[in-house]
Amino acid sequence: MIPPSFDYHAPSTVAEAVGLLAQLGDDAKILAGGHSLLPMMKLRFAEPAALIDLNRIDALRGVSEEGGLIRIGAMTTENQLIASDLLKAKVPLLPEAARQIADPQVRNRGTIGGDIAHGDPANDHPAIAMALEATLVLTGPNGERQVPATEFFLGTYFTAMEADEILTAILIQPFAPKTGYAYTKLKRKTGDWATAAAAVVMTMDGERVASVRIGLTNVAPTAMRASDAEQFLVGKSLDAVTLDEVARLVRAVAEPAADLRGDEEYKTAMAGEMTKRALRQAAERCR
Amino acid sequence: MNAPLKEREQALMGIGESRLRKEDARFIQGKGNYVDDVKMPGMLHMDIVRSPLAHARIKRINKEAALAMPGVHAVLTADDLKPLKLHWMPTLAGDVQAVLADEKVVFQMQEVAIVIADDRYIAADAVEAVEVEYEELPVVINPFDALKPDAPVIREDLAGKTEGAHGARTHHNHIFTWEAGDKSSADAAFANAPVTVKQDMFYPRVHPCPLETCGCVASFDPVRGELTTYITSQAPHVVRTVVSMLSGIPESKVRIISPDIGGGFGNKVGVYPGYVCAIVASIVLGRPVKWVEDRIENLSSTAFARDYHMSGELAATPDGKITGLRVEVVADHGAFDACADPTKFPAGMFHIVSGSYDIPAAHCSVKGVYTNKAPGGVAYRCSFRVTEAVYLIERMVDVLAQKLGIDKAEIRARNFIRKDQFPYTSAFGFEYDSGDYHTALQKVLDAVDYKALRAEQAAKRADPNSPTLMGIGLVTFTEVVGAGPSKMCDILGVGMFDSCEIRVHPTGSAIARMGTITQGQGHQTTYAQIIATELGIPSEVIQVEEGDTSTAPYGLGTYGSRSTPVAGAAIALAARKIHAKARKIAAHLLEVAEGDLEWEVDRFKVRGDDSRFKTMKDISWAAYNQPPEGLEPGLEAVHYYDPPNFTYPFGIYLCVVDIDKATGETKIRRFYALDDCGTRINPMIIDGQIHGGLTEGFAVAMGQLLSFDEQGNIQGNSLMDYFVPTAVETPKWETDYTVTPSPHHPLGAKGVAESPHVGSIPTFTSAIVDALSHLGVTHVDMPHTAYRTWKELKRLGVAQ
Ligand SMILES: Cc1cc2nc3c(=O)[nH]c(=O)nc-3n(C[C@H](O)[C@H](O)[C@H](O)COP(=O)(O)OP(=O)(O)OC[C@H]3O[C@@H](n4cnc5c(N)ncnc54)[C@H](O)[C@@H]3O)c2cc1C
Repeated sequence: MIPPSFDYHAPSTVAEAVGLLAQLGDDAKILAGGHSLLPMMKLRFAEPAALIDLNRIDALRGVSEEGGLIRIGAMTTENQLIASDLLKAKVPLLPEAARQIADPQVRNRGTIGGDIAHGDPANDHPAIAMALEATLVLTGPNGERQVPATEFFLGTYFTAMEADEILTAILIQPFAPKTGYAYTKLKRKTGDWATAAAAVVMTMDGERVASVRIGLTNVAPTAMRASDAEQFLVGKSLDAVTLDEVARLVRAVAEPAADLRGDEEYKTAMAGEMTKRALRQAAERCR
Repeated sequence: MNAPLKEREQALMGIGESRLRKEDARFIQGKGNYVDDVKMPGMLHMDIVRSPLAHARIKRINKEAALAMPGVHAVLTADDLKPLKLHWMPTLAGDVQAVLADEKVVFQMQEVAIVIADDRYIAADAVEAVEVEYEELPVVINPFDALKPDAPVIREDLAGKTEGAHGARTHHNHIFTWEAGDKSSADAAFANAPVTVKQDMFYPRVHPCPLETCGCVASFDPVRGELTTYITSQAPHVVRTVVSMLSGIPESKVRIISPDIGGGFGNKVGVYPGYVCAIVASIVLGRPVKWVEDRIENLSSTAFARDYHMSGELAATPDGKITGLRVEVVADHGAFDACADPTKFPAGMFHIVSGSYDIPAAHCSVKGVYTNKAPGGVAYRCSFRVTEAVYLIERMVDVLAQKLGIDKAEIRARNFIRKDQFPYTSAFGFEYDSGDYHTALQKVLDAVDYKALRAEQAAKRADPNSPTLMGIGLVTFTEVVGAGPSKMCDILGVGMFDSCEIRVHPTGSAIARMGTITQGQGHQTTYAQIIATELGIPSEVIQVEEGDTSTAPYGLGTYGSRSTPVAGAAIALAARKIHAKARKIAAHLLEVAEGDLEWEVDRFKVRGDDSRFKTMKDISWAAYNQPPEGLEPGLEAVHYYDPPNFTYPFGIYLCVVDIDKATGETKIRRFYALDDCGTRINPMIIDGQIHGGLTEGFAVAMGQLLSFDEQGNIQGNSLMDYFVPTAVETPKWETDYTVTPSPHHPLGAKGVAESPHVGSIPTFTSAIVDALSHLGVTHVDMPHTAYRTWKELKRLGVAQ
């Protein structure tokens, strides 16, 4: 449980960090909250020669509203998401979901940027960012570029971010009034990753679904959208028959990996069940 | 009782008071002193190279690269320990265990080599640099497979050894077969029985996962020839004896200190290879050496619990009166038999398996088997195997009730040993000291309104749209604790007595030292309360010290709920010796005959005359300056207590669960625990012990599991997977009690710490099975995780 030795850098600006990353190359790793990276280093699964710690870059922290979008600095911690009044008002799915991540200690240091950049399908933010249709801001030697969250996750621990880039911000469209939402997560215990989880953002037209986006956590090599289920739902009322069909469509696209949380059959079934529950809760919030 | 008397009594904070724990002030301020807090000048650090494979021959070990690293002092393997004859060590169970793997490894994470370095970081790097070449051997992890004729030979060192520590060995992977009870009478009961039931069940391998992992700091002083070792041990005196026997250093020059201990639960009873290696390294290098294992090492290589494959049978009359019990167990001990049972009992007190019931004929047999897994079977009440026994009998009684359609409370009441039958000798030969099971059961059934619960369950079962299944678990267990009478119980030949030494100082305060060692039980609080009541000295001025073998009297340590039953009795009897001397001094001071004196809370007074008295404080002073002629000065006593019998605490536990048909998650709606531990010394501490034990039981039943894949890779050996419940998961506990004192214990106390662990685990299983019983289910193995429960629901066609 002790990592090999490494160099440590603590830049105070994004430019400095990007410069260090370019200079140190593949052997360097960005350090955010450290709650995914440090356990891997302690187990010697990851052995970076240098860490570039973003914690002193104040510009990367905080939630603001700019040009009609909510902008979340990549280094904003889970507890800051939970405490943000702006998010509670404009993107309430995020504080609700952040409460279900890990435990208070981890949430004190773990960041939304790190949770996304890690590219782990078991992490919660990837599926949430996909359901929110968030935009990820990446900064590299050639400046900034924007990538939709739906195109960011390419494989387990594998994202559209280049080795010389840093994730600097997450941009999200604020919720329109009467937007329903929910994050339902099945886990074994406090501080556990999801056995399966579903993020839902939805609007309704009377009793019928007007628009819906469903993100799924930990049921495939990457976080994913349940597109078939989304398409099926539009124009439907959420009765038992519809929900059962949604669950079936979700199960059809889930391809989870078996582990001690459960086998493929269980996790697949739970992906369907969590989606049903998230839809029911979201529908109530549309009213 | 007049007011001042009551005040005087309360000022003592003696037996029966919920005195606040003396230990907590230092713990909650971070002022505890654990092994890892011990730092000595010149101290070096040890780390262990462990096997990645479960069964392999070691072809070659290359230490060169590690030795070449700056800051590395030594790399030792079995070959280096061989000349000292320390590459193997005896276990407490009569087997031997490799200290460092000798020619082959027999379980994953086995100790292969050690590295000693300037600091913990260099040591960890050097571990990576030690190259070990292995040749893989076939792995056997299932004890039934291990007993097949052509199974791989795990213990080549035992080749040709047909006689083990506990009788004949019939197969190369067989350790012992142990039996109790009378087979022919049990068989006869079954031959004539109108009703019989049989159930197989597996009590899986779990680990107590104490907050503090195992570790030690060994410091050999080459000038004085003395060895001091700080160690996380539940039995420091036994460790001293073992270390002396192994090292050849006289016991008088070995000092073992157990400082504050962050939980033991049986994980800290044995002597681990890491301790031996650290001691050897300190002797070889002449410097202190610290070794503290990490969490994964703790979960993977130190004492686990259970791994019992059990098969039970009951014979009964049609109205549910049990007439016979038969049990067969295959016990997976891992690669070495490193249990810590009393020498004559390789399956501990498993024969308490007839439980709280008056069963005329019974027999059990336990077969110990080697597999390619870590050794252990010590933790969580496991050396005494009472947890396993209680699980089996409680499950079997449920199975019988189900078969006969008799309510599970009713069938228990029909079979209980009645109050008037105590002392009661069981078919296995235990002499139960006291009990009143019927009263306790009724108290619980009334408290939860059992009838209403059953009615609610019936309504839920009738409703096809109910999203949950409701289950009611009931367990009525009897424990056997306080090992033990030395005519029956010894460890390495040392009888399982325990001890206390009390010194009363001239100004009336006192110090007491015991052979036990607290790991959270609050001995410093409760032991002082016993002395306070016995001697009339306020508990606030009584210091309690344990854990340093150079100052404390010899004792067998703290495990198996033995501290109060054994050391608690030693305390009372040592105090009574002092009391007797104090009476002589008081008589002398008051110039009356001893017979004219009467004891009153904190003083001797002349019978019938409240104005003529001497307090214990007066007497203490006199003991040091004007003792009566012919009486030696001073006021102290030592007592070694060899219990005449075990004590038999009991309890009635009831649990209500709701299982989510869609996810398999179980909600513990209610858990009601009534415990009878005899005389209650500190009700608050008892409640704390019960809450802790129930929480552990909840963890074991609902989530804990150390499993292995076919290659012998251990699964779930970190806290990412291993279930240690937090306040969020833990149900609310309701506690209750009755008091049936032990007739043979000086205080009437029975011991409580393990009852909630032992009793709660089958209660959860009973509730889960109860929720499914209308579907024909008679048993479901633990752990009752959402996943496993859902699989069962799916099999039954009720998963939504
Ligand atoms: C006990 C425990 C339980 C947990 N449970 C959950 C859970 O339920 N759900 C969940 O989602 N997560 C969980 N986590 C993970 C936790 O949320 C981590 O904090 C998160 O995954 C990573 O964020 P971090 O800020 O700690 O990043 P770090 O660990 O510092 O970094 C993670 C990776 O991302 C890279 N990185 C970080 N920030 C950036 C950036 N701005 N730009 C580019 N690369 C970057 C790092 O180089 C590293 O490779 C748990 C962790 C623990 C220890």
